[in-house]
Amino acid sequence: MSEEKYLLEVEHLKQYFPVSQGFKKIPLKAVDDVSFAIRPGETLGLVGESGCGKTTVGRTLLRLYQPTAGRIVFDGDVLFDSDKGIDVDMLPYRKKMQMVFQDPYSSLNPRMTVEDIIGEPLDVHKLYSTKQERRDKILELMELVGLNAEHAMRYAHEFSGGQRQRIGIARALAVNPKFIVCDEPVSALDVSIQAQVVNMFEELQEKLGVAYLFIAHDLLVVHHISDRIAVMYLGHLMEIADADDLNDNPLHPYTLSLLSAVPIPDPKTARLSKRIILEGDVPSPLKMPTGCPFRTRCNYATDKCAEKMPELSDRGNGHYVACWNR
Amino acid sequence: MSEENEFLLEVDNLHTSFFTDNGEVRAVNGISFKLTPGTTLGIVGESGSGKSVTAYSIMQILAETGRIVEGSVSYKGENITNWSERQLSDFRGSKVSIIFQDPMTSLNPVFTVGFQLEEAIRLHTGKNKMEAKARAIEMLTLVGVNEPESRIRQYPHELSGGMRQRVMIAMALCCEPDILIADEPTTALDVTIQAQILELMQDLQKKMGMAIIMVTHDLGVIASMCDEILVMYGGRICERGTADEIFYNPCHEYTKGLLRSIPKADNMNEKLMPIGGTPINLLNMPEGCAFCPRCENAMKICLTQQPDEYWVSDDHLASCWLNIKDAVIAQEGAGA
Repeated sequence: MSEEKYLLEVEHLKQYFPVSQGFKKIPLKAVDDVSFAIRPGETLGLVGESGCGKTTVGRTLLRLYQPTAGRIVFDGDVLFDSDKGIDVDMLPYRKKMQMVFQDPYSSLNPRMTVEDIIGEPLDVHKLYSTKQERRDKILELMELVGLNAEHAMRYAHEFSGGQRQRIGIARALAVNPKFIVCDEPVSALDVSIQAQVVNMFEELQEKLGVAYLFIAHDLLVVHHISDRIAVMYLGHLMEIADADDLNDNPLHPYTLSLLSAVPIPDPKTARLSKRIILEGDVPSPLKMPTGCPFRTRCNYATDKCAEKMPELSDRGNGHYVACWNR
Repeated sequence: MSEENEFLLEVDNLHTSFFTDNGEVRAVNGISFKLTPGTTLGIVGESGSGKSVTAYSIMQILAETGRIVEGSVSYKGENITNWSERQLSDFRGSKVSIIFQDPMTSLNPVFTVGFQLEEAIRLHTGKNKMEAKARAIEMLTLVGVNEPESRIRQYPHELSGGMRQRVMIAMALCCEPDILIADEPTTALDVTIQAQILELMQDLQKKMGMAIIMVTHDLGVIASMCDEILVMYGGRICERGTADEIFYNPCHEYTKGLLRSIPKADNMNEKLMPIGGTPINLLNMPEGCAFCPRCENAMKICLTQQPDEYWVSDDHLASCWLNIKDAVIAQEGAGA
């Protein structure tokens, strides 16, 4: 994958956290050897169960955590390379990469007005020359995300969940970024409000050409919004493919069971479909199985799976799968 | 309905309010339904629609500020709303049980799983310690907990979310209740674990024959589980019917909007059609239909008068003026 121009390239990213166990410190491998790339203006969906490291990937990309190893290239600039010891100052890049958080209740400062919340990134990056310009920009942003400009002097608690999420999105858009990490941006919202916010993400992408890494556990929402989808399990990338391709033709046994477990809002299909019920729970990331982490719950597992983690291999049409048997 | 024994539970014109500093919050406004033994009833709605409060009203475990202000809940023909606390504590757990959304907080962290299970068993059945322990192990095996003999000595924090929810189900079913109320039982769980738990609940229903009231906001969960569905909005039932009727022939604007707004296999590459506006404020309920402020096709009558429930087909009721639009227009014409 070298010919094409990517906005963001991630190679062999590792993020370990030290965890004390008794007197020993052992690494918790939250993200282990993950590689993917995002094109400009594209949405990559990232799905997986809780604790699989999908949020950690998003945060590590933005360097909210210091990566353990790997290489991150954004827009042609190397941001981090553990082999060459490159580790740049992120502040100028924060203008290009932003984040929208899961919980619209705790990610907004309750003591700041909406105007100040949206204006803060403008202040940090000094993106205005006069006070009037700052105010105009803020009002323009509020309009962009469908907020009433008259509400600029209100505090976050005066808004509903969906409106708060809009404030969070306006704040991310303030610096005119090229790339936004959306960490479960709709899972805290009601069903009827979810659709409003999902539509807004899509419209903003059309208007501004921004690329998203859309992290979520709701597979139907992710399928709807994403161009491509990546599936993670216990810190490893299991499968990455075109959204429709992944849905119609899942190859990895984990993706298969994940898709079959999604409750379909359609009684007739739901009655006909056969769920592949996975046995047991996700193993603790501190006691990771050898080889492929999924082998303990996998129906296809063989001896080979216990020996070595399979690499992502190309199965055509940009469909990559990490599995020995499929 | 003179044959009371036909239904396990009858809820008749239930009104539940919370009396807060800001005034009376009418969480449930006149809900009626009947539950047949061995069936699954689904209650769907968004947060604040009164679905959980309905469940808590049946169990009578409302918060201190909450009260059933009108209507009745009858279990096998007996009105339980005026029962004493003593009668109720006998009723809860042995006749009707509830499992809550969050398995992390609904188990007591300072007691072992076995202790909590045995407590419920001994309280309701009068079994001695040894028998209760045997029953606890039997129940844990039934809900698919591996190594139950060692699990009963563990504390809740040692179990995963899915395991804790299984323990909650075991606890709820250990006295073989007639009704199991599941209040968002899988919302806090991952999809693969959710599938396990839903499968388990259906399986146990076949084995034990209890009726299930499934409270959820997830239309996917409802579609695969329920015989009958109630759609709630603003503390009222806006539509009820069989799963097929609700999903393939929705007759209330809210249900229609809800079904349009969720991503499905057939609208993956189209724009979703969200319901405009925001959920209603229960402190400030509109005079007419609760959904009217967000309804695209609202008529004059929707603003002022609450619609009654009308039969749409043999097993489908909806309370929306639009279904009887012609009659409404005729009446308005006659009035004017």
